[in-house]
Amino acid sequence: MSILVNKDTKVIVQGFTGKEGSFHAEQCIAYGTNIVGGVTPNKGGQEHLGKPVFNTVKEAVKATGATVSMIFVPPAFVADAVMEAADAGIELAVIITEGAPVRDMMYAKQYATKHNMKTIGPNCPGIITADECKIGIMPGMIFKKGNVGLISKSGTLTYEGANQVVKEGFGITTAVGIGGDPIIGLSYKQLLPMFEADPETEAIVMIGEIGGDLEIQAAKLIKEQITKPVVAFIAGQTAPKGKRMGHAGAIISGSAGTAKEKMEALEAAGVKVVVSPAEIGKAVAEVLAKK
Amino acid sequence: MNIHEYQAKQIFAKYGVPTPKGKIAHTVEEAVENAKELGGPIWVVKAQIHAGGRGLGGGVKLAKSLDEVKQFADEILGMTLVTHQTGPEGKLVQKVYIEDGADIQDELYLSVVLDRAAEMPIIMASTEGGMDIETVAEKTPEKIIKVQVDPSVGFQGFHGRELVFGLGITDKVQQKNMINFAKKLYTLYMENDAEMIEINPLIRTSEGEFIALDGKMGFDDSALGRHPEIEAMRDLSEEDPDEREAGKYGLSYIALDGEIGCMVNGAGLAMGTMDTINYMGGTPANFLDVGGSANAETVAKGFEIILKNPNVKAIFVNIFGGIVRCDRIANGILEATKLVDVHVPVVVRLDGTNAPEAAEILKNANIKNVIPATDLADGAAKAVAAAKGE
Repeated sequence: MSILVNKDTKVIVQGFTGKEGSFHAEQCIAYGTNIVGGVTPNKGGQEHLGKPVFNTVKEAVKATGATVSMIFVPPAFVADAVMEAADAGIELAVIITEGAPVRDMMYAKQYATKHNMKTIGPNCPGIITADECKIGIMPGMIFKKGNVGLISKSGTLTYEGANQVVKEGFGITTAVGIGGDPIIGLSYKQLLPMFEADPETEAIVMIGEIGGDLEIQAAKLIKEQITKPVVAFIAGQTAPKGKRMGHAGAIISGSAGTAKEKMEALEAAGVKVVVSPAEIGKAVAEVLAKK
Repeated sequence: MNIHEYQAKQIFAKYGVPTPKGKIAHTVEEAVENAKELGGPIWVVKAQIHAGGRGLGGGVKLAKSLDEVKQFADEILGMTLVTHQTGPEGKLVQKVYIEDGADIQDELYLSVVLDRAAEMPIIMASTEGGMDIETVAEKTPEKIIKVQVDPSVGFQGFHGRELVFGLGITDKVQQKNMINFAKKLYTLYMENDAEMIEINPLIRTSEGEFIALDGKMGFDDSALGRHPEIEAMRDLSEEDPDEREAGKYGLSYIALDGEIGCMVNGAGLAMGTMDTINYMGGTPANFLDVGGSANAETVAKGFEIILKNPNVKAIFVNIFGGIVRCDRIANGILEATKLVDVHVPVVVRLDGTNAPEAAEILKNANIKNVIPATDLADGAAKAVAAAKGE
């Protein structure tokens, strides 16, 4: 079991024939992801990486029965691509692109929600169900199959966390990179209950960072609904106020969105909070030993 | 990206948001000319820097004669203004805004920002103008009116009514003025991809008109491409030169006041590395994300920028290769040692894609000062020890 995606998930790629899209789609196919085609306007009818190319998402969905789209289009076209996917009946769009304008995402996410399409990202490494399906840009070899679910705003911290979990002798069910933008799709609040319901997931790692209050919302939800052990790390304890730390959303505005307030809220909700990402693996081993 | 008060007011004026008349000056002579043109009888001389609290720092002065305009412009131009937002080093004032004095009956507060939880803009208003809004929020949160505006329908009548009744405005003309003001502000927020607009204070004149006495605006960097006229307002002198230089090479750099330089891939891991150094008893000298397309040139540039900081006693290179391949980083380190005099110990942890090849490259190169590390904890511990000269 896993959440959201597995070996049977049919995936198309928007921005399939571009440099990034091609490189990563090829890696995903090599990993075993069931990529059934891609979309690039004016290249419909061609073949790319041994898969059919379509002009529109609607055509692609009709021909392949795809339910998930991985989006690699340039930032200015992200909102358009997301809305096209939603309109075509795609169920989940995984948006890898970094640098989409916030206003665009405001509209695109509302549109997606109205069409019952879930989104992950933008500005994220994607989602991976170990040994089954990789939809994104993460190095697949780190994610050995196991019993730990992972949710992270940061790409490289996802790899760091998964790697430590594996080194401790455990593995990953599904890892989701939710992205570091001010407006993102699925976040802790929606994903934690999915992991709670997944019989294979026995513990959950959540990696957050400064800015916004998604981690505080998560703490509230964990207290009320989550019975599985959760390990958390919040990046940016040493970040100065008012400075954007790489991610568009990673900024302490005034005195709100600090690592400290998030760590305290999570601790109060019974989460095992670590102060350094170097402790994630050990903490997972500890909470799983207690079970 | 942030802009100056006078630039924000230019945008306000374009949308019909009332502002006092004013003109920007770079010299004392220009300031006096501007004052003559405006006519007086009173003027405000305002330092233009990207920071709040200018008044308290002595950067805003009320002039009652042209002589006073001259005197204050002379004092303010070229001064290093220190406010609670500039840090102790302050900011050099290179421009002054000469503005008509205003007839102030009372001071209000109005802002538009993104409500990240609601995923839509929120208008905040308060009768407590002229005060730091964070202080108001802390001490008297009931005095802040918050109105979320769903962009799919835009600013509606009820948004306006919530604002004016919340502010206790009973006069019908004033109600209309305030509603128009807020609606225009919302429109310009959306149309220009602003990240925040803050007017503090927004004043009410004795005639019941509302005027933006101050103006602060920030924009979504990701949207600047479609707003060349706003991009043109960028004031490079307000930005940290090292951060800017790093940005040219696709590096995201922020200087801090510690001793251990950090070079990391990914913003989250970069923050996590700083946190780990801190946890192990060291102090990070910077945040540096080498990004997803790091190569020998960008890594060498990273070293150069880190080493410009005289406080750096050791460098910790922490790379978890996903998209960024570790062998590229290893080559970057070699390249950097040829281009830059790396005179401090460099602890290197390379993990992930092509890590064994990277280790081989570094081993064969046999560079002095390079200390290999096996994982994050090991690397941070070695960097902290190296910075202490151990």
